Amino acid sequence: MTIRKLTTALLASVAMTSGAFATDLRIGLQEDPDALDTDQARTFVGRIVFESLCDKLVNITPDLEFVPELATEWEWSDDAMSLTMQLREDAVFHDGTPFNAEAVVANIGRSKTLDESRRKSELASVESVEATGTYEVTFTLASPDATLIAQLSDRAGMMLSPTAAAEKGLGLANEPVCSGPYQFVERIQQDRIVLEKFADHYDAESYNFDRLIFLPIPDTTVRLANLRSGDLDMLERLAPSDAAGVQSDSNLTFSAATSLGYQGITVNLHNGARSETPFGQDARVRRALSLAIDREVINQVVFEGAYTAGNQPFAPTSPWYDQTNPVEARDVEAAKALLAEAGLEGIRIEIQAPNNPVQLQLMQVIQAMASEAGIEISIKATEFATMLSEQTAGNYEGSQVGWSGRTDPDGNIHAFVTCEGGLNDSKFCSEEVDNLLDEARLSTETSDRKASYDAANAILSDALPIIYLYHQTWLWAMSNDVEGFTAYPDGMIRLAGVTKE
Amino acid sequence: MLLFILRRILIAIPTLILVSMFVFALQKLLPGDPILVMAGEDRDPEVIAMLRDRYRMNEPIVMQYFYWAADVLRGDLGTSLRTNEPVLSLIASKLPVTIQLAIMSMLFAILIGIPAGILSAARKGTWVDWLANLIALSGLSIPNFWLGIMLILLVSVNLGWLPASGYESLFVDPWKSLQTMIMPAFVLGTALAATLMRHTRSAMLGVLQADYVRTARAKGLRGRIVILKHAFRNAVLPVVTLTALLFGELLAGAVLTEQIFTIPGFGKLIVDAVFNRDYAVVQGVVLCTAVGFILMNLIADVLYLILNPRLRTAQ
Amino acid sequence: MTAITDASANIAAKPQSRTWLKLRRNKSAMVGASVVLLFVALALLAPVLPIADPRATDWGAIRQAPSAAAWLGTDEIGRDVLSRMIWGARASLLAGVVSVLIAVAIGVPFGLIAGYFGGWTDSIISRVTEALLAMPFLIMAIALAAFLGPSLTNAMIAIGLSAVPIFVRLTRGQVLAVKTEDYVEGARAIGLGHIPIMMRYILPNVFPPILVQATLTIATAIIAEAALSFLGLGQQPPAPSWGSMLNTAKNFLSQAPWMAIWPGAGIFLVVMGFNLIGDGLRDALDPREN
Repeated sequence: MTIRKLTTALLASVAMTSGAFATDLRIGLQEDPDALDTDQARTFVGRIVFESLCDKLVNITPDLEFVPELATEWEWSDDAMSLTMQLREDAVFHDGTPFNAEAVVANIGRSKTLDESRRKSELASVESVEATGTYEVTFTLASPDATLIAQLSDRAGMMLSPTAAAEKGLGLANEPVCSGPYQFVERIQQDRIVLEKFADHYDAESYNFDRLIFLPIPDTTVRLANLRSGDLDMLERLAPSDAAGVQSDSNLTFSAATSLGYQGITVNLHNGARSETPFGQDARVRRALSLAIDREVINQVVFEGAYTAGNQPFAPTSPWYDQTNPVEARDVEAAKALLAEAGLEGIRIEIQAPNNPVQLQLMQVIQAMASEAGIEISIKATEFATMLSEQTAGNYEGSQVGWSGRTDPDGNIHAFVTCEGGLNDSKFCSEEVDNLLDEARLSTETSDRKASYDAANAILSDALPIIYLYHQTWLWAMSNDVEGFTAYPDGMIRLAGVTKE
Repeated sequence: MLLFILRRILIAIPTLILVSMFVFALQKLLPGDPILVMAGEDRDPEVIAMLRDRYRMNEPIVMQYFYWAADVLRGDLGTSLRTNEPVLSLIASKLPVTIQLAIMSMLFAILIGIPAGILSAARKGTWVDWLANLIALSGLSIPNFWLGIMLILLVSVNLGWLPASGYESLFVDPWKSLQTMIMPAFVLGTALAATLMRHTRSAMLGVLQADYVRTARAKGLRGRIVILKHAFRNAVLPVVTLTALLFGELLAGAVLTEQIFTIPGFGKLIVDAVFNRDYAVVQGVVLCTAVGFILMNLIADVLYLILNPRLRTAQ
Repeated sequence: MTAITDASANIAAKPQSRTWLKLRRNKSAMVGASVVLLFVALALLAPVLPIADPRATDWGAIRQAPSAAAWLGTDEIGRDVLSRMIWGARASLLAGVVSVLIAVAIGVPFGLIAGYFGGWTDSIISRVTEALLAMPFLIMAIALAAFLGPSLTNAMIAIGLSAVPIFVRLTRGQVLAVKTEDYVEGARAIGLGHIPIMMRYILPNVFPPILVQATLTIATAIIAEAALSFLGLGQQPPAPSWGSMLNTAKNFLSQAPWMAIWPGAGIFLVVMGFNLIGDGLRDALDPREN
């Protein structure tokens, strides 16, 4: 390992002194990715690196349509219990292992059986997968699952080299071997991740950089400063307060896409003793809070209008949004009336929020707005690690928390509001909602699914286990030299066709 | 001399054990569950159960400490809960960074502090003394994270002279390496310069008033020669030992400075590890820092003995 | 005759008055003291001063540059920066003083005991102190603050506890130096118990360097509180504190630099003030200086 690093370092310095033609793309990230093993990985930012490092079975368009990547075509059986996929024949892994059906079987097997695998729940519906041809696989499901293709368009569908996986085991996280357009060179924790172009990739001509260098720079101001000074070529998650500055800067380009996720206030309905408050027990109080909040003003004041106000798990721009239930305007009088109806003149609630400046700013604005309706909010700024455990343990009244978003709508709602949902920290439970959401999972007809989601959202808007506030917008800033970038709502950076002068 | 060193090393051992216990206890007391952080957004209960088992979280705390201690004695500092990278390898890659930052900061501190101290002492009571003191104190009083941000804004964004953040190894690209380190080293160095200046000043003052200096002056030697030859040589002793001690503190990583300038050193490693509840990393890094600190103290004491022969007989 | 009485009148009778006079003559120390007193006065008078409500938000006046309406400008949700600076002074000064009080209240007794009794007591206390000192101060403070929960009170406790070892070591060193003095031996000879000896003879004589260190540590504690708030572990919003103001301000450096300049300047001035006082005290208490 050290010899390899030394060699790389030597080659790098030689390349530099010989006036290399290497075009690098330096990308600034908000955080340092975690384990670089697609089965062990669990962060949003890690997926950004994976997008260039690992090919997956299926990918998406900006409109969330599924397109072939390692799988060229696929077909569901009539009973929706099995999925057959045809695979590319010209794909190869970074270590030379050929990509074929056996590789897919090995990968899915690893994702489902590896102790450390975080992909198990994503592939829960897959009972088995078989190589029914050299370049054909068939998935057999335990029950119909409309979300499977979406899962295969994310980490569950990313293919690792089976030879490398067998050889390195968990150590693969430090030296990943995939089949994407870029291969792994080196990684220094909290400093950089370096990838270089994989010449044998089937679509190598579309990728125009010799090396990708990911630099985690948590401070948004410093990250932008780096871009401005030319030490970065592009950055992700530009702070909304900097958006106007970037847009008016003639040396920088700005790109945006509404995220698939949401931010809101999760309320403790049945999770332990702290749910025994008017806030947790009476939906009218929750609706009062929702009415007391002016989401548009929040968007303007806190996010410079860059984000999108929301009242459902899906953004108003999403095809799954229920247009008959638009975001309500602020109505303090109605809020007061609801409180009065609930027999209260005023009420105190405690809401825990992540202790970073943006979320705290958001909460302070909400606090000011809510107090006009008689709702006094005390903000408990909490560290992220503590917040998580407080939430699961039910030690909270309200919690300002969000979700990064998944391609399939099920991923943005099911686990949060179904009785046994793994992410249901509010412990909201309604048999009707359960049935509707389970139904939506089984069908592959978009219109049927939408009807189910609409019905479920109607119930949720009344009960408000989660008070949805807004949907983040993924903001990218890059130097003018970078051309051809397309913004995707999943926040990923796709580099096919992107060039830099 | 050898016995002295040996005795100090022996005393250091219980100290190290205490350090490891403190840190372990402190971390375990921190609210928040690292397993939940590690399990990821999806919080798969199977994964959570597996992780609890794998990291022995179900065992009583005392047992967990002994497991860790046993591993350490075998040379295994564990792996980062976040990325699976071995802690030892993490430390090996971050240590040179922090050492480089420490050395450069000390250079700034020495270049600013010692001349200021000498000047102050030589011109005691005059405006030169007052000004030097003011400048050194300013370095101590400015919150270094604020100074860092202001510098980035001015030097990197507005003037474009230096990169705003990041790090380049000295062996890969020395020029770039210096460029990335100058601002953080300056920020850290100015804070230390004040301490160094004041100690230099008071050491020099003490010596300047000593009899042998007055004798030299009375013999008619020129002022500057007196200062440079006699006073400095004797004042250098406490200053050198202080330098060694300060170095030890720097080694602990300038936490905020590294955060702001995104220098991947010890300080940043620890802070991130505390926030991520990455137990193994915090344990390992604090232990190494403690070893470094104790080592520096030992070197300071030995230097003191070497440079001051009068004390040697007392041993 | 008169010349002699005049001369003896110049040499003040009590050492405390001598110290005070020396301090008064030290211009830098006086400047420092004035700055600190100014801020203390502002902080204490905050409730009665004719300034805006530090928590009053105003959506229409976000991030306004300093003007007649808001002398120091407004912050990211329209609050008056001048008002938040003055109220924030309370938090910063309180944090500085209380942390040091905690550190002194715990550290000095332990140092006294260690230095006075020696032997095993000393060994144990010294090992523990060394162990605590070997851990980076800010890391300790961060861990403690995270453990106790983010709040100003907990930050003060965290900083105070992290500074305890400094005072233990200092006190112990001073006690060791004084222990063999004649008056201590004399006190023991006449049969005084340990506690009266420590309180009446040793403590007053080791007190001066502790006072100097305390003053200087207040300065460090103020910066530490700002650092903790900067990391999100100190004063919680919407209550103002200079550190948390800096934390928010760093996201708006190009749009609203005044949000960062004032709190930074405030911290700088107060910390400088305490450092100058501390230096002055040290010079005044130093028997060599004349």
